[in-house]
This record gives sequence, structure tokens and C-alpha cells, in this order.
Amino acid sequence: MKAFWAFVKKEYYHIIRDPKSLLILIGMPIAQIILFGFAITNEIVDAKISIVDNSKDKITQKISNKILSTKYFLLSEYLQDSKQIEGSFRKGKIKLALIFEQDFAKKLRNKENPSIQIISDATDPNTAATLTNYISKILIDYQNEIQLTTKTSKGIEIISRMEYNPQLKGVYLFVPGTIVIILMLISAMMTSISIAREKEKGNMEVLLVSPLKPYMIIVGKVIPYIFLSLVNALSILILGVFVFDLPIRGDYFLLLFEITLFIVTSLSLGIFISTKVKSQQEALLISLMGLMLPTIILSGFVFPLESMPKILQYISHIIPAKWFLIIIRDIMIKGVDITYILNETLILIGMMIALMVLSIKNFKIRLE
Amino acid sequence: MSSDFLNINNISKSFGSVEALKEITFSVEKGELFGLIGPDGSGKTTLIRILITMLFPSTGNAQINGLDIVKDFKKLRNLIGYMPGKFSLYEDLTVEENLKFFATIFNTKIKDNYYLIKDIYQQIEPFRNRKAGNLSGGMKQKLALSCALIHKPDILFLDEPTTGIDAVSRVELWEMLKRLKQQNLTIVVSTPYMDEAQLCDKVAFMQKGEVLEINTPQRIVEDFDLPIYSVSGKDYYKLLLALRKMDITNTAFPFGESIHLTIKEEMNPEDLNGKIRKFTDQNTVTKRIKANIEDCFMAKMLKKDE
Repeated sequence: MKAFWAFVKKEYYHIIRDPKSLLILIGMPIAQIILFGFAITNEIVDAKISIVDNSKDKITQKISNKILSTKYFLLSEYLQDSKQIEGSFRKGKIKLALIFEQDFAKKLRNKENPSIQIISDATDPNTAATLTNYISKILIDYQNEIQLTTKTSKGIEIISRMEYNPQLKGVYLFVPGTIVIILMLISAMMTSISIAREKEKGNMEVLLVSPLKPYMIIVGKVIPYIFLSLVNALSILILGVFVFDLPIRGDYFLLLFEITLFIVTSLSLGIFISTKVKSQQEALLISLMGLMLPTIILSGFVFPLESMPKILQYISHIIPAKWFLIIIRDIMIKGVDITYILNETLILIGMMIALMVLSIKNFKIRLE
Repeated sequence: MSSDFLNINNISKSFGSVEALKEITFSVEKGELFGLIGPDGSGKTTLIRILITMLFPSTGNAQINGLDIVKDFKKLRNLIGYMPGKFSLYEDLTVEENLKFFATIFNTKIKDNYYLIKDIYQQIEPFRNRKAGNLSGGMKQKLALSCALIHKPDILFLDEPTTGIDAVSRVELWEMLKRLKQQNLTIVVSTPYMDEAQLCDKVAFMQKGEVLEINTPQRIVEDFDLPIYSVSGKDYYKLLLALRKMDITNTAFPFGESIHLTIKEEMNPEDLNGKIRKFTDQNTVTKRIKANIEDCFMAKMLKKDE
């Protein structure tokens, strides 16, 4: 047992005595969360628009003012003819154009349905969709106002509510996502690299000749990284809560338990990779290409899984990050207890056990 | 042969289609300093790795102290001390931390076996707080040797310990090995330097995966049966080329300041010198000498190649 702790101590020295790597390991999550938090946001402010008002009456004026008075839109110019819109789009002057049809107010008074055409620049589809949504919302609001005053029938009213995240805040998405990526990166990549380093430098030969048991080598390797990963997970959570007002609605201990479970799963994955590679470079490439990309793309962090082709959805099932992302979102944002995420937890536990068994079976006690 | 500590029977090893070792058989007695001499690629490292249970032999078997290297590898790993050819300590750990680490993973303490490494470790002790990566080549070897010895192994394997370190450190290292031998430690050491052969009790000369000769260095030298002379002259290189063209020449190899020449039949040195002067147009000096171990190995290698 003493031998085991000596090994853990040695690993600790390796991490502590490489200040550059340590700085990256501790600093990266903080930098990422701040970048995601402040730089990447789905909210669009001050989008330039043009208006073609073919009616020029009180009502169109009122609607235009209403739209332009929000923080989302800025007027580029009033155009005389809808044919000029194309030119403005091409020059990149505007993101969106509004066209009011002729006799707008008159039609409204006559209980006809006047129309407003919204044209948006869909070279960036996300922006186009968001802006169109904003405008529709403003128009619906206005419609409700006049219906109240004129006391006409409302027809069907749609009341939608964004449950758990009514303001559609980005933090709800990226804080759990960042935790997943950082934990995967540190746990799987760092362990696979550090085991590969022992092999590459020839230390493994000497360790293997020693009476140190293979499982001691493996467990000794991962313990310092479990701590490092936990520190990172906590620092991301603390930043999320205090800087970005992210709620943690579920049980803290459940959250910690699930985080630890995911860390150990990722570590097992890292060990498994290291049993298959010979050099640090190989370990780095496989963890980056083989783990990072699928984790980012197929975990549901960036792109919704539901809209992917069936085959990719099936592939996503074998990615531990996908299950962990469901778990962590459910605990933090929905505040569910263990019974709601039991399946996902069991799947992660299963993956962890399978990876550990595979790693220990594949761990070579000789050089061939 | 009950006194044999290490027994190797017919060990062969292939990597794919490459035969790295061909039917190696020899034994090493307890307390012997045994040398594996051979050029790079002759199979020394592979043989050592098989003996330290890191590789399986393709065929054949070997026992250390009666324990089989395949079946009893777990027990054996406690008895073996191993120093790989490549520096394999932790460069970001200090000298003392390295030693302590290896002592602990072998379930022992530095002070328990300190007497064994005292001579060696004392030389690097002034630098015990320095990181191993910042040591000189010779000091790294001393540290590696200390770490390989700290658990008091019964048999010590050293893979090319003198490759890449300076001449002084080489001499020191061999002196250390001799002193360790007095502790009744069995030592197997590999080296590409033929001159180191005479420092061993017994040597196996290896080439292309085969053992060409096993004997004590003295016997190897005594068994040399060709007449050998040292020839020196002014234009060294011209002389060498000329000697190789002479009809009575068997072999001519450069050796330090002079050229070692073997000829087909014994001749009086003066007569030979006259012949050489006539043939080479140089003012040469020729002496009859006793063959040294390198001459023997060179002859063996050539014979094998023919």
C-alpha cells in the first residue's frame, strides 16, 4: 500500500512541476466559460433594417416606431421601392427588410387583412430566424393591443412558455456543455498522455519489473487527475452561478456524485486509449480526434441530436458525454432527483465498468 | 551444474520474419560478472528483455535461481534489478525523490540497503535536490544504478550502461560493478565496446542473434592461434591499405596508434618488417604481440562472415 501512495505522490509531482501545463489545465476551463459566456450569445442587438412603407399612414408609422424602439433593431433607411432591398442586402447594409402593403390602415379599418412582408438575409440562417421571430413577436403584441381596443374576436390565441429557462439564456446551455468538454479533455486526454509518456520514456519497463501491480499503476495514475477534474468542475459551476446567474436547482450531492461518475468514466476511457497506443503523440491525436470532436458534436451540446440523421443518433448512444449532458442539465436546470435520471446514470456506470475491465485486460504486463 | 544461477536453454526470438535471437544457450554462475558483447543489433537488448520477463521467448526457456522466466515471472520480478539502456528515471523528480520512489515501490527503504549503494550514491548525494533531468550523463547512470540496486536484487541486468557516457565515468562504472560483485551479486551486463570484455569474468560474444563464443576473457585470448604483429609507420592510412594488399596478410586492423596485422604463417618480426618496408616504402616498426580481446573478436566475426 505504501508503494501505491509513493506512486500517487510521484504523479502529483509530475503535475505540480509542470507549471505551464498546470496553468492550462486550471486556466482553460475558466477562459472557456468566460468566452462562451460573454462572446458567444444568441441574442442579437442593433440589427440594421430597412423599411418600405407603401402606405405611410398612422398605423404603419406606429408599428415601425414600435419595432425601432426596441434594442434589437436600428433603422438603416426608408426605401421608396421594394426593388432597392436586393441592393441593400448585397451591400451587407441590412439584415432584414419590412414591406408594408398599400392602404394598410384602410384595410385594417375595413376588417380586411393587410399584410407585412418580412424579408431577411438568410446567409446566416440563425440570425435570420431570430430576427424574424423578434419582429413576429412585436407584431403579435401590437395585434393584441388593437384587438383589445376594438373588442373584436381574438381567434386562437397561442400562449407559449419556455419552461425552466424563460429568458432563453445561453448559460443554461454552455455551462453544462463546458463542464462535459473540460472533464472529458482533462480526464481522458491527460491520463492517456501521461501513461503513454511512461511507455515512451522507458519508465514503464522499470515499473513493470517492479513488484508494483498493474492495477496500482493504473489507479495511482488516475487519482491526481480525479482531483484536478473535480477542482475544474467546481470552478466552472461557481463561475456559472456567481457570474452568469445559473441556477443549481437539484441536489448538490447528487450533482457531485454524477460528476465524479463521469470523471471516472472518462479516465477509464483515457486508460483504455493508453493501452492501445505507443507514444504520447498517438495518445494526443486519438483523444483529440476520437474524443473531442464526437463529444462536441454528438453529445447534444452544440447541435440538437433530434434533428440529426438516425444513424448519427444511434452513434451518439455510445458517447458517454451525451448521457452525462442529459443528467447534468436535468439536475441543474430542472432540479430533478435521481429517479428521473436513473437510466442515464446506469448507462454511465455500465460504460465505466466495461471500460475499466477492457483497460485492465488490455494493460500489458510485458513489452509485447 | 547446480552452481549455475542463470540457465538459458535454446532461446530463440523472432519479431515477424526477423530472427532476433537464434538458439541461445549459456549459463551464468552465482556472483559472476557476465558480459554480453556485440555490435548494435546483435540481440543483446532482446535477450536481456526476455530474461527480465519483459518479452516472451519464441522457443526455449530460461531459469533464474530455479525460477522459470515465463511461469514464475511474478516471483522473479522481485529478484531482478534492471537498468535499461535508455535513461528511464523521472527527469522532473529530484535525485533523492527518484531513489525514494524506487525504494518504496520495491517495498523497501533507502536506509535498509544503503550499504549496497553507498559507494555509488555518495558521489551524487551532493546533488540530491537537483532534478534528475539536470544531471550529467555519468551521474544519471549512477542514479539509475542506485535505483536498480536499492531493493537488493539477486541478479542485476544492465543494458549498455556505458553507451554514451564519458571515458572516466565508464571506468568508474566498471569499478562499481566489480565492487558489487563482491557482495555476491550476479551481474549480466551488455556492451558494444569490446575493450570492456576483459573487465568481465566471462563473456558471450554475440553477433546477428547468435552467440559466437563464450569463455573467460583470458581463455579467449589464449585460444587465439594466428601470428599477430603490431605495425606502426608514418603514413598510417596508406600503410593500412598497403598491408591489406600484401600476399602474406591475413587481416589488418587499425588499433590506436598502430595496426594489428595477422599473417598466414609465423615469421620473425625483423624479417617481416623488412618485407613490409620493401612493400610499402615506409619506415615501419614491427613487433610480435599477444592478441588482445578485440583481435579475437574481430577474427571471430570475420570467420563467421565467410
